[in-house]
Amino acid sequence: MTAPPPGTGADGPILSVDGVSVWLTGREVLHDVRFRIMPGEFNGLIGPNGAGKTTLFRVILGLQAATAGSVLVGGRPLDRRNPIIGYVPQKVFFDPDMPLRARDVVGLGLDGHRLGIPLGWSRRRQAVDAMLDAVDAHHLADARVGNLSGGEQQRVLIAHALISRPRLLLLDEPLANLDIRAEGEVVALLARIAREQRIAVLISAHDVNPLLPVMDRLVYVAAGKTASGSTEEVIRAEVLSALYGQHVDVLRVHGRILVVAGAEGPSGVTVEETDGAALAPGIVSLR
Amino acid sequence: MFSGFMVNTWIAATMVAVIAGVVGFFVVLRGSAFAAHAIPHGSFGGAAGAVLIGANTILGLGIFAVGGALGIGWLSRRGRHDVATALALVLMLGLGALFLSFSVEYAPAVYSLLFGEVLGIPAYDLLPMAGLGLACVLAVLVLYRPLLLTSITPEVAEARGVRPGRIETAFLLVVALAATMTVPVVGVLLMFSLMIGPAAAARTFTSSPSRAIALSVAIALAIVWFGIAIAYVTNYPVGFFVGTLGAVSYGFARLWTAWRRGRAARPSPGGHAVRLELTAPQLPAAPRGR
Amino acid sequence: MSRVLNALFAPGFFGSGPVRAAVVVGAVVAVVTGAVGVFTVIRGQSFAGHALGEVGSAGGSLAFLSGTNPLWGFMGVAVVAAGLMEVLGLHRPRSRDLATGLVLGAGLGCAALFLYLDATSTTSTGVTVTILFGSLFAVSQPVLPSVVALSAAVLVVIASCYRMLLLTSLSPDLAAARGVPVRAVAIAYLVIMAVAVSLAAETIGAILATALLVGPPATALRLTKRPGGAMVVAGLVGVAAVWIGIVLAYDSYYWPPVDHGWPVSFFVVAMVFVLYLGAGVVAALGRARRTRHVAAPPAMRESGCEPHVDADAA
Repeated sequence: MTAPPPGTGADGPILSVDGVSVWLTGREVLHDVRFRIMPGEFNGLIGPNGAGKTTLFRVILGLQAATAGSVLVGGRPLDRRNPIIGYVPQKVFFDPDMPLRARDVVGLGLDGHRLGIPLGWSRRRQAVDAMLDAVDAHHLADARVGNLSGGEQQRVLIAHALISRPRLLLLDEPLANLDIRAEGEVVALLARIAREQRIAVLISAHDVNPLLPVMDRLVYVAAGKTASGSTEEVIRAEVLSALYGQHVDVLRVHGRILVVAGAEGPSGVTVEETDGAALAPGIVSLR
Repeated sequence: MFSGFMVNTWIAATMVAVIAGVVGFFVVLRGSAFAAHAIPHGSFGGAAGAVLIGANTILGLGIFAVGGALGIGWLSRRGRHDVATALALVLMLGLGALFLSFSVEYAPAVYSLLFGEVLGIPAYDLLPMAGLGLACVLAVLVLYRPLLLTSITPEVAEARGVRPGRIETAFLLVVALAATMTVPVVGVLLMFSLMIGPAAAARTFTSSPSRAIALSVAIALAIVWFGIAIAYVTNYPVGFFVGTLGAVSYGFARLWTAWRRGRAARPSPGGHAVRLELTAPQLPAAPRGR
Repeated sequence: MSRVLNALFAPGFFGSGPVRAAVVVGAVVAVVTGAVGVFTVIRGQSFAGHALGEVGSAGGSLAFLSGTNPLWGFMGVAVVAAGLMEVLGLHRPRSRDLATGLVLGAGLGCAALFLYLDATSTTSTGVTVTILFGSLFAVSQPVLPSVVALSAAVLVVIASCYRMLLLTSLSPDLAAARGVPVRAVAIAYLVIMAVAVSLAAETIGAILATALLVGPPATALRLTKRPGGAMVVAGLVGVAAVWIGIVLAYDSYYWPPVDHGWPVSFFVVAMVFVLYLGAGVVAALGRARRTRHVAAPPAMRESGCEPHVDADAA
C-alpha cells in the first residue's frame, strides 16, 4: 500500500502544468498548456472531443512525453512507483462474461501492479469493503462487474482509483455514457469524496453543465489551447473565440451554459435567431 | 487400462489438464484464443524441423512455440494483434512445409502429433513434463495480478509502471511452455481447445477468479480423463474428445446458466434516457432529445 | 535479355501446363482473398478467416475421401461453421474469437475422428498433411472454371454490399443507428469469407488461404487509409506474392537438394511476410517525412468523404 510522500508542501499546488506542448504525428495537439490545481480543489477539464483532453491526461500520468514544458505532481516530477494520482480511465474492458467481481476490481487498485498473488486476505478484504462502502457500492461487491450498469461500473472504478489513497483523482470522461440520473449521482459522489478526504479532482468532460454545481475552477481546452480559471472567467465568448480560433457565442439558458458557433462562423451551423436580431457576441442572458 | 505404461498416460493427462485449466483461464480472460491456437499449431513446424536434423521432437516444438510467442509479441507492436498472430502462424507453418518436404519418412508420427496420442508417453518424458508444468504454474502465479489488471485496464496498469506489452509477451511465453508440454498427449491442433473450452464454461458458472480457475481445471480434468479412457478402449484419437467436449462443455454451461437465470427472472436494467446535449460548436444549437 | 530471363525462370517454366494453371488460379484466388481480407483485417476477424479455412480443408478432404467433389465439401463445411460461430452469439471482439476457437476445436476434433475411421491409415495421413499444406501445383484444370465463377460471384456480392459492409465494420453503433441490419451483415460477411477462404484453401491450401487473406490486406492498409484502394492494393500484393512464389518454387528444382524442389507454400508465405514488413518500413518513412513538416494549426474536423482506417490500431 502506498502512502503519500511526506513533505510535499501541503499548501503548494498538487498539480502544476507549465507550458506543456505536445506534438503527435506532425500535429501540435497541445500548445502551451498552463494551469494549477490546489489540494482538495474540484476541477473540470472541459472541451470538445478530440481537443486534447486525453493527451493531457496521458502527459500528467507520465504515459506521454511532452515536447515542451513540465508537469509537477505534489511539487515534484511524477514518480511511478509512488504515485499520488488515482486514474479512472475512459476505456475499460468489462465484458459481461468476465469472471471478476466488483471487489476483485477494487482490490486490483490496491496492488494490481505488483507481481504475485494477493496475500493478507482479511486485511485486503477490509480495505476493499471499506472503499466500496465509501462509494455506496457495498451491495455490488460480489456482483459480476460486466453485469453492472454504467453508473455502477463507474463507482467501482472510482473505488479502484481511490483505494490507493491518492491525493489527486483524474477521471477521463466518466459521464460520457451515463444517463442523467447516474450522471448526477457520480458527480455528487465525487464532490462528497473530494470534500471529505481532501482529494483534488480533475474530471474531463465535453459538457460543462453537469459539473457546474460542484466545480471550483475549470480548464477549457479547444484546438490544443487552454484557458483556466473560474467558470465566469473562462466561459466567455472572447476567451472561447480566441481558443477555437473562430467566432463563438456563449448562451446562458436557465442557469445552463450553451456554447455555439457564431452566426458568421465558417462552421456552417445554423443558429436560432431571436426576434429576428442576430445574436451579439458576448454573454447573452435569455429571459 | 490402469496398468503399466497407461499409468504414465494418466499422470501426463492430469498434468496436461491442470496446466490447460490454469493457463486457459487467462487465455479466455484476455481474448487470446487465436494465439492459444496459433502457438501450438505453428510449433508443428518445429517438430518437422527437429525430425529433419534428428533432434528431439519436443525440443523442436518448444523452440518454435517460444519463437512464435516472441514473434507475435514483436509483430503486435507494429500492427494489429490478430494480424500479427496470423502472420506468425503461417510463417511457422510455411517453414514446417519446407522441413516436411525435405524429410522422407514422417507420415505415422504426423497424425499423432496433430491429433494426440494416448499410448506414446514414455516414463522418462514425465519428469521434464512435470518440470515444464511446474514452471508454467509458477509463471502464472507470479504474473497473476498484473495479468488481471492489464486485462481490465491497460492504461491504469501503465500509469502504475506495468508495461502491458511486456506482460502480454510474458503471457504468450507461458502459453508456449504450456503448449510444448501438452502437445504430445493432446496434439497440436486440439491443445488450444483444452485451454478455451473448460475456462469458457467455468466462467459462466462463477464470477470469482479463483473459483473460476479451480472449476476450469476440474472441467479440463474431466474431459481429458474421459477422453483417455474412451480412446484406450476404442482407439479413437484423444483430440476428437478434447475438441468436441470442449465446445460441448461450453454449450452446456451456457444452457444451464440460461435456464437458471430464466427461473430466477430478474428485471433488466431500465433504458437510459437520452441526455440533453449542450456542447461545442460542431453540433446544431437546438437541444436534442426528450 | 534472354540470359536474364533464363536466370530468373528455370527452363520449361512458360511451357509447363501445371505452372500455367497455378499462375491463373493463384492470381484469381489472390485477388478475391485480398478483397475479402481487407474487411477481415478491419473487422479484426483474422482468426475466423483462418478457422474457416482449416475447417473447410477438413471438410474438403473428407469429401475427397468419400468420393464427392471436394469443393462443395470445403464450402459446405465452412459455411456451416460460419453459421455456428454466429449462433454461439458472442459478439464482443474478445468473445468472438472464443466462439471461433470453440467451433474450430469441434470441427478439427470431428475431422480427427473421420480421418481415423477412414479405412486406409496411410492415405489418411497423406490427406492429413494435405489438409494443412496443400499444393498449388496440384491444381487440376477442370476446377478452374468453377473457381473463377465463384470468385467473380464473391466480388460481385462484396461490391454490392460495400457501403453497408464498410459502415458496420468501422462503426457498428452508427450503422445500427442508421437502421443497417448489423447482425445480418455480420452473418453474411462470415459466409462470404467462408466461400472465399474455401476457394483458396482448396486450390492453394489452408496455410496460403490464411496468408493471403490477412497478409496482403494488412500490407495494403499500411500503405493506404482508403478501404477501396486497399482492396486493389491487396489484390496486387497478393498476386505478386503468389507469382514470385511460383517462380521461386519452380526454380528451386535446380537448387539443392537437386530435383526435389522446395514447396511453393513456403515461398509464397515468405513473400507475403517480406512484403508486409516492407510496407511497414515504407509507412514508417512516410510518417517520419510528414512529421518533419511544420504543421498548420490543428483542424477541428477531418475533411474528406471516405472513411479512413487506422490499420495498426489494435
